[in-house]
Amino acid sequence: MSYTGDAMTRKLVTFKINGSSYETAVREYDVLLDVVRENLNLTGTKRGCDFGTCGCCTVLVDGRARLSCLTLALECVGKEITTIEGLKTDVLHPLQQTFADAGGSQCGFCTQGFIMTAKAFLDEHANPSREEIEEAISGNMCRCTGYIKIVDAIEMAANDKRNGC
Amino acid sequence: MKPAPFDYHAPTTLAEALALLDEYGFDAKLLAGGQSLVPTMNFRLALPEILIDINHIADLAFVRNEDDGLHIGALTRHAELERSELVAEKAPLLAEAMPNVAHSQIRNRGTIGGSLAHADPAAELPAIMIALEARFRIQSQSDDRWIAASDFFVDLFTTELEAEEILTEIVIPPLPARTGCAFLELARRHGDFALVGAATRVTLDNLGACSEARIVLLSVGNTSVRAVLAEQSLQGKALTGQNIRDAALIASDQDIEPPADMHATEKYRRQLTKVLAERTLTKALERATSAP
Ligand SMILES: Cc1cc2nc3c(=O)[nH]c(=O)nc-3n(C[C@H](O)[C@H](O)[C@H](O)COP(=O)(O)OP(=O)(O)OC[C@H]3O[C@@H](n4cnc5c(N)ncnc54)[C@H](O)[C@@H]3O)c2cc1C
Ligand code: FES
Ligand code: FES
Repeated sequence: MSYTGDAMTRKLVTFKINGSSYETAVREYDVLLDVVRENLNLTGTKRGCDFGTCGCCTVLVDGRARLSCLTLALECVGKEITTIEGLKTDVLHPLQQTFADAGGSQCGFCTQGFIMTAKAFLDEHANPSREEIEEAISGNMCRCTGYIKIVDAIEMAANDKRNGC
Repeated sequence: MKPAPFDYHAPTTLAEALALLDEYGFDAKLLAGGQSLVPTMNFRLALPEILIDINHIADLAFVRNEDDGLHIGALTRHAELERSELVAEKAPLLAEAMPNVAHSQIRNRGTIGGSLAHADPAAELPAIMIALEARFRIQSQSDDRWIAASDFFVDLFTTELEAEEILTEIVIPPLPARTGCAFLELARRHGDFALVGAATRVTLDNLGACSEARIVLLSVGNTSVRAVLAEQSLQGKALTGQNIRDAALIASDQDIEPPADMHATEKYRRQLTKVLAERTLTKALERATSAP
């Protein structure tokens, strides 16, 4: 596979996002964040820094948390991508609910990044300690809520999940 | 911002990747995990004309044990090393350091080869490799050579790699008998680059004295720095609390010229070096004493 870097040319590729297939035209230098937000209008995923430091752009690629600002879109062709929009069914996802219940979100800019990171983490850790939760979200920054209620929310979601709620 | 345009190649074999590098040389950049390269491209600090994405070369990602040590493919992700039982068993120092390498999202993508080639003096993996006396395999279309970790890192973000070469494999030899290792670092936030870190390894002789010590420090110079004078001060001595404290003081006072920046003054980095060297030596001794 190779593409030439003419800024005007775009390639038609298909992405699997939130269980659906999307055909869209991308440039070789587009990062996944560009495609998700600008091509597909899935604007729940946020651009905070473009540098890997804030975690606001976290999405899942094949079930693992990844920074979409540091991921070339072309690398993701053929992989399963999940964004925050993919979590909600007809009810809120348990993490969305506990972030609301615990007051883990104020302005909300960082919230989806935390939720996607937490989802990947809880999928692998059923019974985490608070320290493990803190470590898991260390790559996500929040500028208003502070982290205590965010950890509370993730802990509540873990408890609910264990209790089958 | 967006990266500047480039030509994108995604070879599926090492031979193809080496041929591309041979053709394009300095105009090309390898893309491994992209967790160091893409941020600099996003800010147009790096402007490669040709990007060679090596993520599709499946046989560059592996962890396996052989007689001469633990073999790790350059494309192995940080997260795989962190979770690997083989790494925990054969290279516990590497396993101990892994959770400190960046944050979970970055560990899911970043690779050991990328981290070593990037040669950030604040990165954990170069120091760990020097402490464990690892060897690196470097391949180009015309050459296939091995180099010791201690000879690989040249300067700030600079290694022995030539433009047409790929780091393909890392070998960590088995630890000698009666050897213990320890890693500690201090960072402002878990997973951030360390203000100072120390990777330490000690081997005891039959009488319980120190036959060899290695102290490798990160974030105190342009590369990972071996505290050579401190190491020598322990040679042949019993690792008493006093001897360990003396060595830690030599490391912090004589072995390093730490930088000062917005995160830490020179004096603070020296203080941290002393504390971390003492703690890791003490821990390594404890582990060496109970090691087979
Ligand atoms: C916010 C943030 C925090 C971080 N914190 C830490 C930290 O605390 N500790 C730490 O160690 N790292 C940290 N990192 C860096 C991270 O570990 C990177 O993954 C790693 O340094 C580079 O690996 P990569 O696979 O992503 O390489 P890339 O970014 O793809 O490549 C880096 C460089 O190496 C070259 N290269 C890659 N692979 C090879 C190869 N096989 N042969 C030859 N050249 C090659 C590339 O051409 C490029 O020049 C952090 C990164 C971010 C964004
Ligand atoms: S926008 Fe990706 S980490 Fe900040
Ligand atoms: S809720 Fe505003 S940044 Fe976190």
